[in-house]
Amino acid sequence: MKIHIPTPLRTYTGGQETVNVPGSTVSGVLAQLTKDYPALQANLFTPEGKLRSFVNLYLNEDDIRYLPAKEDSPTQDGDELTIIPSIAGGYCCCR
Amino acid sequence: MLRIDYADYVALRAHGEETYPHECCGVLLGKSEAGVGNSVRALVRAGNTRTDSAHNRYNIAPVELIRIQRQAREQGLDIVGFYHSHPDHPAQWSTTDFAEAHWLGCSYVITSVEKGKAKVTNSFLLMGTEEDNKKFHDESIEINMAAGAGNVSQENLQESKA
Repeated sequence: MKIHIPTPLRTYTGGQETVNVPGSTVSGVLAQLTKDYPALQANLFTPEGKLRSFVNLYLNEDDIRYLPAKEDSPTQDGDELTIIPSIAGGYCCCR
Repeated sequence: MLRIDYADYVALRAHGEETYPHECCGVLLGKSEAGVGNSVRALVRAGNTRTDSAHNRYNIAPVELIRIQRQAREQGLDIVGFYHSHPDHPAQWSTTDFAEAHWLGCSYVITSVEKGKAKVTNSFLLMGTEEDNKKFHDESIEINMAAGAGNVSQENLQESKA
């Protein structure tokens, strides 16, 4: 399936904006992705192996956190997975 | 260095004035060149989903980011940065800004808006190779004036307007 890589992570995919990775579930696809591009591991997952809290994953148009099977959601060849880090902030405690 | 057209620079500052006393936010589309920096080609306004605390927080919905990223792709551009405002607070990154910054290599532009008027605009480049070693670096802004008018640094522009 096709995976869309956000700007900051393209350094680790040889500059590729999209990569094709096989897999039958979201977690399986991610495992293959980090196998193909090992430097992505530390950017996507904590040392304990959990998906970092600021990493949003969308399977086609759906946030996987709201899918019944979450990361175990099944995938098909024509699906697209988008990795999108969160963007937030605000004043409060300026330097 | 962040390069941006004068019209876009004015537009992002105006956005902060329009949403005052709430924070505005948006996305910078353009190109990133090694050794040169980020160049802005288009500005996309985004909605602030932090309606519970919009005076001191902002958040762009991931689904809106995906739409903007798709739009960038169609235009042959990339997301190269973000902007937001600090109503009645300095144009400096906060601990919240830093904690919530995850787009390494992107420019984070902050405009202070005092009593409804945009004052200082600063840019900070998020550097590092992963979350654990990220750092904000002060980044100069070069403003591209209309064709034939040359470029000016942001400092000179603000001084000339003071």
